[in-house]
Amino acid sequence: MQITDDSLEEGQLMTLNFGPTHPATHGTLHLIATMDGERIREAEPIIGYLHRGKEKMGEHLKYNQYLTMTDRMNYLSPALNNIGWCLAVEKLMGVDTPPRVKWVETISCELARIMDHTVCNGINAFDVGAATVFFYMFQQREVITEIFEQMTGARLTISWPRIGGLPYDVPPDFKDQVRAFLKGFYPVLDECDKLLRNNRIFLDRTAGVGAITKERAISYGFTGPCLRATGFEYDLRKREPYLCYDQVDFDVPVGTNGDVFDRFFVRMEECRQSARIIEQCLEKMPDTGPFAVDDYRVILPPKEKVYNEMEAMIFHFKLVIDGVKPPAGEIYQGLEAGNGELGFYIVSDGSGKPYRVKVRSPCFYIYAAYPELIRGLMMSDVVAVLGSLNIIAGELDR
Amino acid sequence: MDLAILNQKLTGAFSGMAYSTAEACGQATVEVPADRVKDVLKFLRDDADLQFDMLLDVTAVDYPARTPRFEIVYILVSTERRHRIRIKTRIEDGRALQTVSDLWRSADWGERECFDMFGIRFDGHPNLKRILNPDNFYGYPLRKTYPLRGERDPAFLDYKETEPA
Repeated sequence: MQITDDSLEEGQLMTLNFGPTHPATHGTLHLIATMDGERIREAEPIIGYLHRGKEKMGEHLKYNQYLTMTDRMNYLSPALNNIGWCLAVEKLMGVDTPPRVKWVETISCELARIMDHTVCNGINAFDVGAATVFFYMFQQREVITEIFEQMTGARLTISWPRIGGLPYDVPPDFKDQVRAFLKGFYPVLDECDKLLRNNRIFLDRTAGVGAITKERAISYGFTGPCLRATGFEYDLRKREPYLCYDQVDFDVPVGTNGDVFDRFFVRMEECRQSARIIEQCLEKMPDTGPFAVDDYRVILPPKEKVYNEMEAMIFHFKLVIDGVKPPAGEIYQGLEAGNGELGFYIVSDGSGKPYRVKVRSPCFYIYAAYPELIRGLMMSDVVAVLGSLNIIAGELDR
Repeated sequence: MDLAILNQKLTGAFSGMAYSTAEACGQATVEVPADRVKDVLKFLRDDADLQFDMLLDVTAVDYPARTPRFEIVYILVSTERRHRIRIKTRIEDGRALQTVSDLWRSADWGERECFDMFGIRFDGHPNLKRILNPDNFYGYPLRKTYPLRGERDPAFLDYKETEPA
C-alpha cells in the first residue's frame, strides 16, 4: 500500500477537520486529519460528543431503571444491550430464568444482531456508492422493528426484558411473525450478496482497504466481526455459551485479510447464521410456560396475590421502594453484541443501586485503532473504513 | 481461570510479593500491590500457560472512605487458553501507576478514560489527556465526591474546595 511522503514538512501538509456534524461520520465523530495531498498521514479521533455520563447515572438509578440507559448505548441493537445488562445482574444474584425466557431472549438477541448488521452493512455499502443495498437492508430492519413493537410496545428504545424474566408474554403470533420475516429475509441477503460480492466498483473500494492483522487486532482489544474478519474464530456464543447458544447449531464465519471487504461479508454471513439460529429456536422454544422467574426478590408478585396476601404485599412494596437488591460483590458479564464483546462490570454494595457500573463497549476499543487503519489511505476510504467498523457514537461515548 | 494454577505460577515468579485472590460467581480476582502490577500483568501476558493476550478493559472504582482510595481493575482474557481474570490494585489519590499501553494497545484509551474520569495518572503513557470530557472540563466526574448534576449542582462548590483539579 502506498503511504505518504515522510519528507514533507509541516507547512506542506494540510489539517482537515472531518466531522463532527458531517453526515458520513454517522453522528458525532470528529477526526482531525493531517493530509499529504489527498492521503492521510496522521489522524486523531476526538470522541465524547455524545457522552452523557451513563456510568455516573448508573450509580444513582435502581437496577431495573438502568435498563433504560442501556438501550441508548448501541441504539442499533438495543435488545442485546438490555439482555446483556439483565444477564449480568441475574448472574450476580444467582437467578436462573425459566427456559421459555431464555429461548425468547436468544431469538431477540439474534433479531437485534440482524438489525445491527443490516444497518451497518447497508450504510457501509451506501457510503461507498451502493445505494440499492441500503434500501433493501433497511426494509428488512423495518420488519424487525415491527416485531419488536409487537413484543414490547416500542420500536427502538425497547427497555424490554426485566431482571428475572420478561415483563409480559410474547404476542400469540410471535412465531409466525418471525417466520414471515425470515422468509422474506433470505432472498434479500442473497440478492445483496450477488449485487456486491463480485462487483468491480465495490471490490476496488473495499478489498485491501483498512486491513489489520490478527495480532494487532487482539492487542487493540478487537472483538466481534472486526476480529473475526482477520481470520480468528472468536465468538463468545461458542466459547462461553450463555442463554441457549449451547443448544443450537451454527457456524462462526471468519474472513482472511481483516479488511473492509472481509468485515462486510463476515457480517453478511453472520446474518445468515443468525437466521439459522432463530429457525432452530422457533422449533425448540416451548409454547407455554412461565415467562418470568418465580422469585419475588426480582419480579413483582401477581396483583391478585398482592391484594389478598400479606407476604406478597410486602414483597411488592419492598421491590417498588428499594428495587432489586443483589448481594454485595462484583461481576463482569460479557455477551456477544453486534460489534463484539459488550461487558458490564458491576460492583454492588448490597443496596438497590449499583456502587459502580462500567460498560465495556466494543466500539471504544475498536475505534482506538482507527488512526492506524486509515494511515496512508485516501479521504474517501476513511468513510469506507469507518462504516465497516460500525462505530456507534452512543456506545462509544456512553 | 483456575486459581490453584495461578497461585502456583504467581508464587513461583513473584516470591515474597503479598497478594490475595478471591473467587465469586465463578470469576477469579487477584489483588496485587500497586508497584508490582505492571510486572504481574507482563508475566500474565507472556507466560506460555496463561497467555492473557487481550486486555478487555481498564477501569477504576472510587472508595472515598478507604485508604488507599482507588481500586484499579484490569480485565484480561486469553483468546488461546479461553480463560479470564481480573487483576486489581489499590492506589492513593495523587499517586501514579505505570502504564501498560506498551503491553497492550487497548490500554492506551482505557487508561485515558481512567484518567479522564478519576484523575488517576499513568506514568509513561504516550498521550494521557482527557478523552470523553472536553479538555477544559473541571474535575473528575466518576469520583464519588463529584456531584451528579455537575457544575449546576450546589454541591459543586464543595467539590471544588475539597478536590481542586
